Amino acid sequence: MKPAPFEYVRPRTRAGVLAALAAAGEDGKVLAGGQSLIPLLSMRLASPKVLVDINLVPDFSALKISPTHVEIGPTVRHQELLTSEAVRKAVPLLAQALSYVAHPVIRNRGTSVGSIAHADPSGELTAVLSLLDGVVTIEGQDGTREVTGSDFFLGPLESAINSGEMATRVTFGRLPTTMGTACVEVSRRHGDYALVGVCAAIVLGEDHQIDRARISLFSVGPTPIVIDVSGILKGIRIDSKHWREAARFIASSVDPDGDIHATTAYRKNLVEVLSKRGLQCAYQNALDRVAVKQ
Amino acid sequence: MTTRTFGEPILRREDPRLVRGDGRYLDDLGQGAYEVAFLRSPHASARILEIDASAAISVDGLIAIYTYEDLEGRMAERLPLLIPHPSLTAGRTGYSLAKEYVRHVGEAIVMVVASNRYIAEDAVGLIEVSYEIFPPVVGIESARAADHLVHADVSDNISAHMIQEVGDARSEIANSKHQIVLDLEIERSASMPLEGKGVYAVWDSDAKEMRLWSSTQTSTGVRAAVAAKLNLPLQKVECTAPDVGGGFGVKIMHPWPEEVLIPWAAQILNHPVKWTEDRREHFISSAHERQQSHHVEVGFDDDGRIAGLDVTFFHDNGSYTPYGIIVPIITSTQLLGPYKPSSYRVEFTSLYTNTVIVTPYRGAGRPQGVFAMERTIDAIANYLGMSRDKVRDVNFIQPGEMPYDQHLTFQDGRPLIYDSGDYPASMAMLKKMIGWDDFEEYQQLARLSGRKVGIGMACYVEGTGVGPYEGGFVQVETSGRVNVSTGLTSQGQGHQTAFAQIVSEELGVPIEDVFVETGDTRRFAYAVGTFASRAAVMSGNAIALAARSVREKALRIAGDALECDPRDLEIIGGVVQVKGDPTNCIPLKTIAVLSNPLRYAFDESAQAATQFAVGDTSKPPILEGEEPGLESRDYYSPLQSTFASGMHAAIVETDPETAEIKILKYVVVHDCGRLINPMIVEGQIHGGVAQGVGGALYERMEYDENGQLLNASFMDFLMPYATEVPFIETGHLETPSPLNPLGIKGAGEAGVIPGSALLASAIEDAEGFEIRKMPISPSELWQLRIDHQNGLVPTLKIGEKQK
Repeated sequence: MKPAPFEYVRPRTRAGVLAALAAAGEDGKVLAGGQSLIPLLSMRLASPKVLVDINLVPDFSALKISPTHVEIGPTVRHQELLTSEAVRKAVPLLAQALSYVAHPVIRNRGTSVGSIAHADPSGELTAVLSLLDGVVTIEGQDGTREVTGSDFFLGPLESAINSGEMATRVTFGRLPTTMGTACVEVSRRHGDYALVGVCAAIVLGEDHQIDRARISLFSVGPTPIVIDVSGILKGIRIDSKHWREAARFIASSVDPDGDIHATTAYRKNLVEVLSKRGLQCAYQNALDRVAVKQ
Repeated sequence: MTTRTFGEPILRREDPRLVRGDGRYLDDLGQGAYEVAFLRSPHASARILEIDASAAISVDGLIAIYTYEDLEGRMAERLPLLIPHPSLTAGRTGYSLAKEYVRHVGEAIVMVVASNRYIAEDAVGLIEVSYEIFPPVVGIESARAADHLVHADVSDNISAHMIQEVGDARSEIANSKHQIVLDLEIERSASMPLEGKGVYAVWDSDAKEMRLWSSTQTSTGVRAAVAAKLNLPLQKVECTAPDVGGGFGVKIMHPWPEEVLIPWAAQILNHPVKWTEDRREHFISSAHERQQSHHVEVGFDDDGRIAGLDVTFFHDNGSYTPYGIIVPIITSTQLLGPYKPSSYRVEFTSLYTNTVIVTPYRGAGRPQGVFAMERTIDAIANYLGMSRDKVRDVNFIQPGEMPYDQHLTFQDGRPLIYDSGDYPASMAMLKKMIGWDDFEEYQQLARLSGRKVGIGMACYVEGTGVGPYEGGFVQVETSGRVNVSTGLTSQGQGHQTAFAQIVSEELGVPIEDVFVETGDTRRFAYAVGTFASRAAVMSGNAIALAARSVREKALRIAGDALECDPRDLEIIGGVVQVKGDPTNCIPLKTIAVLSNPLRYAFDESAQAATQFAVGDTSKPPILEGEEPGLESRDYYSPLQSTFASGMHAAIVETDPETAEIKILKYVVVHDCGRLINPMIVEGQIHGGVAQGVGGALYERMEYDENGQLLNASFMDFLMPYATEVPFIETGHLETPSPLNPLGIKGAGEAGVIPGSALLASAIEDAEGFEIRKMPISPSELWQLRIDHQNGLVPTLKIGEKQK
């Protein structure tokens, strides 16, 4: 379990990183936290010829919280995002989802942007990006572009980033105070990838009635699956029948693969159970946020 | 007064070194040694047609490439069958590098030596092997069908078949008022130490001596095996087990192919060579255990008393049988636990499959046996509508019946006679600790709020401290330092603490003065190894005996020096003194000086022992029958094993929607005789319970029909984290063993044994339907609920109550 030979470069500037990536082309790979990449290298499941270590670029580690946005640089660690009170207030779903990401030792090294760029459909943050329509800024030597939410994910471990490019920023808008969110998942062990996970967001309208309800499923398909259930829940206050109806609708819309840890049928059941729990929890959080606001 | 050490929860003395990173594990040794990587079979069953290493030859840093064709003499012969048995009629072992055929994914075919492991792996990647691929045998059913064979000359895939019978179980069952039939399955798991195997060898071409380190549970065994394979005199091979990061059984198996290949290469290349196993190698080329399927028939009366028990089981032994049939023998003999059925018949068939070999993993066949027995007891309780504890009670061997002869032959070839134990007392303690009698009320309350909770219990008896023997050496230096050594190895058991406690107590010296060394053939050459919960019993008693004779000699010499009767002397705090007159004394270190009459004084203390300073000139300096030095060597060799016992109980909660299984409470009552160090015993129990929970709820070896292991990594082989292991409450009972001087029994494996039986019992109680197969995952439990709703899984009486 030793990596195949590779060239290692560690530029100190953004321009240097982009130049190195451009030079390496398809043979290059960005090394940020390394929590997914290093095991792949050690097992020789990936053998990039050039590793571009971006950890020395100073402005890559910036976490900016403005009145309207949260901007996450590519070397911001999960732990920083998870423990930032300002982030928790601006985009509560980030902390809600990150608390499920592995263990402190991994969160201390692993980066949130890297986790999104890795495009693992089991990653909690991929579902967060899709649900909240976060924006990924992709840079290469030829220029910069922005990709929003679900459009970023093309398949398992496959994103809109082309060779020679990297994700230099992920931006989330501050959530409206009428929105409540939640992340729930079932994993085999604490910190494992979810068997099924659900991020949910509910926006309240007038008189605390539901205006909008969406969920984003992870570990269910090749990319995060966003499903809008506003049609079922709009105008609804508290009634368990409607939660169940929405959850059943969600479960009937998906067909997760079975594997050694769980069957398709069980995963479908989890989609239903967790959708119900996620929506209920998001609704409660929305009520709480509105109450605090008042 | 001296401070007592035996029986005290003294902090482990080895821990400060180990937790600060000062441990020296195998891979910490041998900087600068050549390193080895193996090309291992990607196929479960195949013939090797051609090996083409031409592309690898040009790799910079490559030293050598070896295949079977390069092996000569004894190296070209099969690896030894370590434990032959008359019932093992078709025992087969492999070669250290595959000869023509490979029989499981992971079997070593080519050994590559390079200047480091990276380069060795690069070269392995460039070697091309072509194969003729055969359909493999995977799983017990496929082995029994024998449509394909693992070994061409074993036409039914059966390596061994064995029957033991006490009384006429079949007719007793037939004549019983009630009968039950059960089919019970346990899947594969593995020892999975954090440190894999590893070997480092240095050949001294001047002295023609092999110096060898292995991450092993038996350095004496590895030494003997290497001497035999390399045709070297035993005196020219020395083996040390350095710090070993866990064994759990897999490292008692020896010699592993690498343990003979690495020294062989070191000798040929005349350069130090090292191999450190990586995790994937450990998964596919070490050993697994546990997979068995059992058919149980039992006959009993209205009180649940078992008249006849008839167990037939199939054991999957993997591709070879180098460690014999120890595992199924242990299942078949330890299955009975604390119970006394009037008659018992057990029959097992051990089968070859194209999978990794099976050798003992902590518990070694007992978890399966206990699963079969305890599930049977629970089934009887359900059938009769009796409480599960009551059925256990009526079948217990009573304390007054000890020693109790089960009339079976144990794994050591000796009669299975329980030496001591008090099972009813253990049960009483267990029920109190878990709150057994109050649980039903809690269960009903929980049910009202939509929660599913269940309680379970499981009992076991464990034969520990198997022979043939271990030895101990105790030596007092003139500085007062007490050196202790024993031949068996340590891999986390706390021997440097527990053995020092024994010597401190027996000799009357401060524990700080006692230094323990284990697993080094240069220090102690006669030993068996650390397995079967035997180290404390075997080496502990040997060391105690050696310490006692050192004490005797010290008192004799002190008696001469103090001109008094040795019987009037005692040793306190390292000083021999006259009882009641502590001023009349002589330190042990001075006795050590006097015990070794010298010609030369090399320091101040030695002057006291030189020829013009001491001695009765009418006698020789060393008396007849005496030896110089204050030291002794002794051995402990028991007539039979000593039988520890225990009972676990747990409360679980299962999620009504997701079928997730959570352990709310876990209690252990444990009786391993006199405790040397209760903290170490509890640590052993905690680690064992963690593995028991792993085996019951998380771990399995996921082979597909092609014999590929699909989960050969820590990402997919789910060992429980600390977050999955419950808080463990432990109650100790101390029923001393009458068999050994210290009255102790083994504790190493206890914690793991009842895990699957216990959690199946508790989950069953929560769910109200039968659990017959372990481990169980939420996905499987959820499916069982559906099958149960569809009438495919029988409802239990507790389940009928829930309706």
